[in-house]
Amino acid sequence: MPNFCNLGVMLRSLVVANAFVAAAAFLKTPSWTALPVELLATASFAEPVLIVSLALLCAARVPLQRMGYAGAVAALAVAQLALVWLAYKVGTQLAEAPLSLGFAQAAVLTFFVTGCVLGYLDLRSRALEPAIAEARIQALQARIRPHFLYNSINAVLSLIRSEPRRAERALEDLADLFRVLMAENRTLAPLASEIELVRQYLALESLRLGERLRVAWQVDTMPADALVPPLVLQPLVENAVYHGIEPSPGGGEIGIVVAQAAGRLEMTLTNPWAVEGRQTAGNRMAIANIRERLQLHFDAEASMRSGVEDGIYRVTIRMPYIAEKAAP
Amino acid sequence: MTLAGPAVPRILIVDDEAPARARLRDLLDECRPSMPLAVVDEAKNGREALEVLNREKVDIVLLDIRMPEMDGMEAARHIAGMPEPPAIIFTTAFDSYAIKAFELNAIDYLLKPIRLERLLTALRKAHAAPPVSQAALQAAANQPRRHLSVHERGKIHLVPIADVLYLRAELKYVTVRTLEREYLVEESLTSLETEFEPLFVRIHRNCLVARTAIAGFERNADEAESGWAVVVKGTGEKLAVSRRQQHVVKQFR
Repeated sequence: MPNFCNLGVMLRSLVVANAFVAAAAFLKTPSWTALPVELLATASFAEPVLIVSLALLCAARVPLQRMGYAGAVAALAVAQLALVWLAYKVGTQLAEAPLSLGFAQAAVLTFFVTGCVLGYLDLRSRALEPAIAEARIQALQARIRPHFLYNSINAVLSLIRSEPRRAERALEDLADLFRVLMAENRTLAPLASEIELVRQYLALESLRLGERLRVAWQVDTMPADALVPPLVLQPLVENAVYHGIEPSPGGGEIGIVVAQAAGRLEMTLTNPWAVEGRQTAGNRMAIANIRERLQLHFDAEASMRSGVEDGIYRVTIRMPYIAEKAAP
Repeated sequence: MTLAGPAVPRILIVDDEAPARARLRDLLDECRPSMPLAVVDEAKNGREALEVLNREKVDIVLLDIRMPEMDGMEAARHIAGMPEPPAIIFTTAFDSYAIKAFELNAIDYLLKPIRLERLLTALRKAHAAPPVSQAALQAAANQPRRHLSVHERGKIHLVPIADVLYLRAELKYVTVRTLEREYLVEESLTSLETEFEPLFVRIHRNCLVARTAIAGFERNADEAESGWAVVVKGTGEKLAVSRRQQHVVKQFR
């Protein structure tokens, strides 16, 4: 069953269902002049059923999930039959003239529309399945900047003789980082592990860049159990280092703020905007890639904004806050 | 170190990352038994490298490409203009563009992490071979320089492109005019025009004016061909616009 609490799914359902309502009204009317009245009559009956159905689907998401697809559809049919009956009763009470639609007709129309919406959503999710896999591969290619890998190895090599302990830690960080980079990253992962990954990445970078790289973390209030697409932040931090810190002889500060705001998770990344140097394809690719993955996971409920203001480049990501335990 | 004779190659390390410089030092130490050498100094970017070169005699520069302030490509082009330029060996962790350009123009480079044997081979080759040509470096570069280099009394002097008011070709040289003074560079006006494409506008067969340096236009009264002249911002100089370039005036009016 699709997640009906998702804004995108809701909107899609509303659009499809209303298209059917309009079509039904159109077929039933003999003339153009009678169409608005008929449309209104059908809508006044259909909209409450539609909206209550969607609300129920969202509210009862967890128990429905447990029933399996067929069970959930059956439960939905029963609920809708009751709804239609209720709407019909209320309708006949309120209306002065008899309704233009019979109870059986209304029930059949409701089932038909529901079936179409579910069918469409099912098809859509199937169509996106390969896209998720594709995005994973794309993400992998976009993410590993060879520049970073070779420079890090070079830095570790320089430490082996003088500071073997630090070299060991750096290699461990590198291994952890690549374990995630090479993993199947299709499912959401806890925010805490993404943040840890970013810390390890930054530890490696500061090995090379020393005091040029300064990081201001503001993650004290972040919900560590929130689920996020893996590697949603690390590529952006990598961009910040590559475009914001490395081109400047004195370096600069990267700001990372992760917080919960109004039931949503918000991440903001800032870095100095270096006008010089190659501002390029790499950055746009990472941004496009993350945006695509956010869309695949959260549809219309996630957003990503980036821009330059007062010499500071800022990326803000907002996504629904899904706690680890409540996850489907 | 200081006892090194004239035959011992003197090396300058240029890299913005401290660990990378340390690593090169270690490697060069290990080269010593098979090839006597001296490490003159280290520099953190192209500009510092040029300062060292003004001070010290250097035979080989190990030059990183991606560095802040002045990258290796630009530094190399200034170095190649020296009367007796040192040999340049580029070092890079990864730069697909630069590597392709080096291969095409037969410029030697080392990939980081650098192996001892590769470094030794490159050092030996660099010591024997003629220095990289200016033309090869220009062909390999993918972005314009930010400075022009003037070589005066064996020293490199950098003139920021942003300070240049106009460039005028005369005989063998090009005169570079800034607010303070004039310099001579041994480059062709045409290649300068191509390199700094949108910044300058050609007003005459022998003259390029910086767009930002144009204060206005004046009618050229005394000349027989009553054309326009550019008034240069700051100096008030007037530069004749040739008949063929009269259309330029329209762009600005």
